[in-house]
Amino acid sequence: MKTLDLFEEIWLGVSANKTRSSLTILGIVIGIASVIAMLAVGQGSKAQIEANIQSIGSNLLLVQPGMQRGVGQAVSAGRGSSTSLTQADAKALTTLEGVSAVSPESSSRQQIVAKGTNTNTSVVGTTPAYIDTRNLQVADGVFFTDANVTSRAKVAVIGPTTRDDLFGADANAVGQKIRIKNMEFTVVGVTTAKGGSGFTNQDDMVFIPLSTMSTYFTGNESVGSIAVKAASQEQMASVQATINAILLERHKISNSAQADFNVLNQSDIASAASSATQTFTLLLASIAGISLLVGGIGIMNMMLTTVTERTREIGLRQAIGAEKEEIVGQFLGEAILLTVLGGIIGIALGFGISWGLSTFMGTSAVVSWSSVGLAFGVSGVIGLVFGYYPARRAANLNPIQALRYE
Amino acid sequence: MIEVKNICKDYENGKEISRILKDVNFKIEKGDFVAIMGPSGSGKSTLMHILGALDTPTRGTYLLDGKDISAMPEDELARIRKAKIGFVFQSFHLLPRATALRNVCLPLIYAKVDRETREIRAKQALTAAGLPEDRFHHLTSQLSGGQMQRVAIARALVNDPAIILADEPTGNLDSKTGDLVLGTFQKLNDEGRTVILITHEPYVAEHADRILVIRDGVLVEDRMNDRQRRQQAT
Repeated sequence: MKTLDLFEEIWLGVSANKTRSSLTILGIVIGIASVIAMLAVGQGSKAQIEANIQSIGSNLLLVQPGMQRGVGQAVSAGRGSSTSLTQADAKALTTLEGVSAVSPESSSRQQIVAKGTNTNTSVVGTTPAYIDTRNLQVADGVFFTDANVTSRAKVAVIGPTTRDDLFGADANAVGQKIRIKNMEFTVVGVTTAKGGSGFTNQDDMVFIPLSTMSTYFTGNESVGSIAVKAASQEQMASVQATINAILLERHKISNSAQADFNVLNQSDIASAASSATQTFTLLLASIAGISLLVGGIGIMNMMLTTVTERTREIGLRQAIGAEKEEIVGQFLGEAILLTVLGGIIGIALGFGISWGLSTFMGTSAVVSWSSVGLAFGVSGVIGLVFGYYPARRAANLNPIQALRYE
Repeated sequence: MIEVKNICKDYENGKEISRILKDVNFKIEKGDFVAIMGPSGSGKSTLMHILGALDTPTRGTYLLDGKDISAMPEDELARIRKAKIGFVFQSFHLLPRATALRNVCLPLIYAKVDRETREIRAKQALTAAGLPEDRFHHLTSQLSGGQMQRVAIARALVNDPAIILADEPTGNLDSKTGDLVLGTFQKLNDEGRTVILITHEPYVAEHADRILVIRDGVLVEDRMNDRQRRQQAT
């Protein structure tokens, strides 16, 4: 049989029973569509988390307080509970080799009031170096200066979300007054929107000089965390080690296991987060994969029924000279055609679902071309695997019995 | 042309072995019109399967065009059927959802004949089998029994086979249509084709030039048919 004729026979075979073929295809369509959509959701959330982490800053090391421990005591409080880090620690880190910026940070949630409106948000006491460590940009006005920090000035830089909440969308906030804990602050700048969400939403924050924060709100010199920006990606490891050594020495701790601080490397955070999404994606994809397997079994079931129903036809084809290989080719071809058709429709549906998820549900879903290629390949392979047994069975029919089959 | 020497066929049925054909011998020459007659269970169907290369004998040799095909593997038998045998079955065995023309083209598809040649040869075969031209593009499920059998005959002819094997070709037809179909076989024989009819009806067998009678697996009679009786029968 010529290849083109084989394709025609395959098409006629599949199109002879359109209802059944469509229903069988549906199993593959659903399987492929869910694989595509699930991979897209995984890919999308991975991209979102990466963007979030990137928005925190680049080449960033975060020094956070560790567990609080009394001398010789076995009991310890939770991580981040101690107030072991001070402004002096931060100052000591600024001169280290490979460090380009250091910003101590101390934050608390406060009620902010302005002209009758109010909002509850994070107030961060920091230094101008924050702009460098956290990749922040100022859209209107300026960031406060080192002089403001020295003079404990009551000035504030606010995030665009906070600005919108207090003064209305895109209003000019520079020069306006806001009240934090009944103290009046002058807004000197508004930062550029960065996006991001949850804990790392820097769009909804109020930045004030660290000295002002410690004088009026916290009442002590401790800081919540110290952000250190390394000069380059390559230097991060060595800078991290140096910070560890310096702080251990400053805190007079000889055993590093008992350190009262942690130094978090941003790339560690990123890889932990992305490995979590990878697991999540894998889980979603394997559930979708199971539905694909069920679809494949459906194909096999239908092909076996088809072979039984067309036994007489197979007998006739054998009688007029069809060889085994040609019978296998026809039925295997029919199975592959069904799964590939299902694959194509499923890919289209998967695109549709991903679009719907990201448009209406706010889930970010990104269909990658590699997952499309994978889905297409897999659908073909399913046809091959689940079509082979029925096709073999057709080819091995005894022509005499097949012709007599009722 | 066809030479059958000491052919035996055994079937194993559990522990028992039953011998369906017992030392059958005959020769059929090119252009013969032969009827193989016998009651049901006589072994004539088994003989037909062997002659049609659908089955192989347990013992003995079968020479088709001088070639021994009695011990060939399945795929080689398929190639022999494709090239040399045209089957006509009692129940037609047409693809119901395909047109008459497509049914006739089917053997040519397996013979790797190109599309244009296929159409031309299929139309010639349908004309030779006596199907009216306005029926060529009808689905076979829309045809009458006689027309269906004509399509089946055309399909048997289209590869220009060495022998046409017809297994009870009139079994599903009324007597009038049956006569017309038998007339078609006679016409094809007159054109020089070798035709073998397998039947249990003496009336049908009388249309042939030579009658082989088989009973309990043994060839009991091999006679030339009286030309005049044959003519009266038609």
